[in-house]
This record gives sequence, C-alpha cells and structure tokens, in this order.
Amino acid sequence: MPGIIFLVVLAVLALWVVGAYNRLIGLKNQVVNGWKQIDVQLKRRHDLIPNLVNTVKGAMDFEKSTLEAVIAARNKAVSATGVKATAQAEGELTQALGRFFALTEAYPQLKATGNVAQLQEELTSTENKIGFARQFYNDVATDYNTKQMQFPTNLVAGLAKASPAELWEIEDAGERAVPNVDLSMNKPPA
Amino acid sequence: MSDSNLFAQQESNRRRSAWLLAGFILLFAWVGFGGDWAFYLQTQGAPPEAYHHIIPWIGLLTSSFAAGLCWYSWRYGAGRVLWATGAWEIIEPADPAQQQLVNVVEEMAVASGLPRPRIWIVPDPDPNAFATGIDPQHASIAVTEGLLRSLNRDELQGVVAHEMAHVRNLDTRLMTLLAAMVGAIALMSDGMGRMLRGGAYVRGSSSGGGGRGGGDRKGNPLALIVLVAWLLSLVVAPILSQLLAMAVSRKREFLADATGAQFTRNPMALASALEKLDGATAPTTTITHGAAHLCIVDALGRPASERPGVVGDVFGSHPPIRERVIRLEGMAYQQAKLEGHPGVLTPPSLPA
Repeated sequence: MPGIIFLVVLAVLALWVVGAYNRLIGLKNQVVNGWKQIDVQLKRRHDLIPNLVNTVKGAMDFEKSTLEAVIAARNKAVSATGVKATAQAEGELTQALGRFFALTEAYPQLKATGNVAQLQEELTSTENKIGFARQFYNDVATDYNTKQMQFPTNLVAGLAKASPAELWEIEDAGERAVPNVDLSMNKPPA
Repeated sequence: MSDSNLFAQQESNRRRSAWLLAGFILLFAWVGFGGDWAFYLQTQGAPPEAYHHIIPWIGLLTSSFAAGLCWYSWRYGAGRVLWATGAWEIIEPADPAQQQLVNVVEEMAVASGLPRPRIWIVPDPDPNAFATGIDPQHASIAVTEGLLRSLNRDELQGVVAHEMAHVRNLDTRLMTLLAAMVGAIALMSDGMGRMLRGGAYVRGSSSGGGGRGGGDRKGNPLALIVLVAWLLSLVVAPILSQLLAMAVSRKREFLADATGAQFTRNPMALASALEKLDGATAPTTTITHGAAHLCIVDALGRPASERPGVVGDVFGSHPPIRERVIRLEGMAYQQAKLEGHPGVLTPPSLPA
C-alpha cells in the first residue's frame, strides 16, 4: 500500500514537472516571437524612411539639417544590435521623425500631394505597430520572467534553460537629459 | 494581462460551443423522435392493415439534418454571416480611408499577437462593426461604411480592438455558431409547423370514413401529453434560442471592451466611439436578426438593450452603452492614476 501511494505521488510530481516545463518553453517561444514581430516593424520603418526623404527632398531643400538628422538616426538604428542599444537608437529615430513631421506642418503644399499624406499614414501606422509590438513583447516577457522566478515554477527554470528576458524600456533621450536650471539669479556670462 | 485568464476565457468558450452543438442536435433529435413517438402511440391501436409508425424516420431525418447543419455552420457559418450582410472584402485598399482601416487592423493584430484577420466592408450608412470566424486563424472583421466615415483614427482603433478581443477570446466561434443555429431553429419551427398542419389534414381526410380511429386516439392520454410537449417545444425553441444568443452576447461585451482597452491602452477612444455609435439612432438595416448579437452595438436598435435591470438583462443583446462608457472611463482613470498622468501608455503616434 505505501508503495502505491509513493508511485501515485511520483506520477503526479512528474506530470507537474512536464506541465511546468512546457508552459515555460511556450512562454519562451512567445517572447522570441514577440521580439521577431518588433524586428519586422522596425525593418518596415527603416525601409519607409528613404522613400519619404526622397519624396520631400525637393520641396524642403532648406530644411536639410532635419532631413539629415532623420537619415543619420535611421542608419544608426539599422546597425544597432541587442535590446538596449536598439531601443535607444529607435527612440532617437522616433524623435527625429517627430521633429521632421512637425516641420512638414509648415508646408501645406507637401500635404496636398497625396504621396506624402500616404507615406505619413504608413509611417504613423508603423510607429503604432512598433509601439504595440513592444507592448506585446514586454507583456509576454514580464509574464515569462515572473513565471521563472515564482515558486514552484523556478524549480524547473534551470531545466528549461530559462533566463530573464530583457524588457524594451522606452529610452527617451530628450526626457532623460537633466535640464540645466540656474537658480542663482546671476546674469549668465555673455 | 494574465495568461491563465485568457486560457480560461478561451476554454469556457470552447466548452460553451461544444455544449451548444450538442444541445442543438439534442433539440432536433427530440423534435424528430418525439414526433415519431407520438405518431407511434397514435397508430398503435390502429387495425393491423392500417399504417403503423414503427421506423422512427422523422427522428433519423432531423438528427442527421442537425448534425449536417452543425458541420455546415462550423465550416461555412462565418461566410454565411458575411454574405447575409452583403459585405465585400478589402483585398487592395482603394482609398485612404480603406488604407487606414487596413493599417489599424494590422496594428491591432500586432497588439494582440494574432494573425491579421480578413477585413470586410458592409455597405450601410449606419456605423457598426462585427467580427466572425471559427478561430483566430480564420477570423474576419467587418465594419460598415458609416463607421469609416464617422470615426477618427483613434476611435476606429478602439472599435477594431474590441472586435480583435472577441476573436482572441473565441467569442466569435460561439457567436457565429449561435447565429447559424438561431436561423436554423426558426426555419425548423416553421417547417415542422407546416408539416404538422399538412399531416393533420391528410390524416383527417383518410380517417374521415370511420370514427373508430379517432376514438382510439382519445383513449391514449400518453400520446396526447407527448404531442402537447412536442408542439410546445416547437413553439418555445426559437424564442429560447434567441434569448440564449442575447444572453451570451451581453456577457461578452464588457469583457471585449476591457480586453480591447488593454490592446490600445486607450479606453477613452473606445468610449468616445461608443457614444458616437449610440448617437446614430437608425438601426443597421443590412444586419438582420440572425447576426444582430455579433455587432459592437445592437444592430436592431432594440430599446430593451438600453434598459438597465431585468428587462434589459433578459431581452437586450447588449448592455446599455452608458454603462459600458462608464466602465471604460473608470479604466482610463485607473490608468492615469497608475501612471501619474494620462496618455503615457498610448503608443507613440506622429502628428497626423
């Protein structure tokens, strides 16, 4: 009789280990897939930008520095690797694009040509998709990280070769920079 | 969102769908075999040379018909729903509005982590939207022309997110099967009623010669009870199936609103879209009884859907819009409180 109880307990334990292991692997694959989705959208954005720049180049000749900033940020983003570096480079690209679109508001004739409006809708959508892909990735990555740390799933985390996935933090260079505030009331040196 | 909650939702919808199919076949079997039984009891006392109803062919017929119909609704139900509304599919977006719709659907597919559903337009000036399909891999989202005209980008996103939530929770499976079955039960009830009247006429004329057969029937109370119960179920089944469809749909709407808000992280956009849809008073004429419970707002403009309390709970297919908006506003408030200020979780969007 004790032998049977022992066997039953063993079987239940084994079933649980298999279940927990499979859940972890499933989450892991979701995280990998979530990252791939971000990648797809980033690539789409990188492909769209040269199109946009070529379309508006003629009309915005004297806004060269803004256009160049967009291109530079795009090239930096294309060559970035790893979650952290990519996140930062893409954040800078978002800002450069934001400045660029703020400028286009001053050129109504640009908006009138359907091509630019269409490209802008495409880029807006791509930006949104990047945002949503990031949101989905962060959600599943958080789920994955929590699961592998929680007791008792953490007991099989080593077996599933689970390691914490890096979250995509919103790296906003503009917001991180500490503004230089001078409260001394002294006149700044001219 | 917690994964276990999602799996629980999907599981309960899978179970409900299975029960629905089983209940549907059982209902048809009862209608068929019950009729056979009543017929058998009636002809039992008939003279040996007269007709004896021994082979229950009505039951066999209705059961196999029901099984066939289940298979058909599973396989083609979504297509039939779309066909009934006269929707056409966007293959290549023809104008900026359609392009925007395609983009928004793609965005929501990304946000929900599902494949992109097929996109359809219903030629109707009234703003409304619905989703259908047996699983997320074969899902369709349809919006009316009026919806495209009257909503801005964020509101459209909110509505599409609500529909994607139905797809992800597998509500669309249950709803599509229900739509097919409500139609089929109404049809069966009509058909059986007609057959019954015809049968009574034939029997009445054939037994007109001798009063003996009539006397036998009166002498068998069991036959009478079975007959009455059978007739009653013919009358009650269509009403019951309609009520079931509405009750199921009502419960899912709040959940889809909440899940949709999780996709967009922008509950206020859906709230404002719902208010716009509510403001459009005209019922969506192309969407008939069979598919009304699929829509984001009640397509029939039934006053019961707007009534809080018992009446709305039993006869409305949708919860009152006011109540849905209040819940969405609550979510927006929670989000703003959590973040310190509103709008922080909305995805980056360029000035449009």
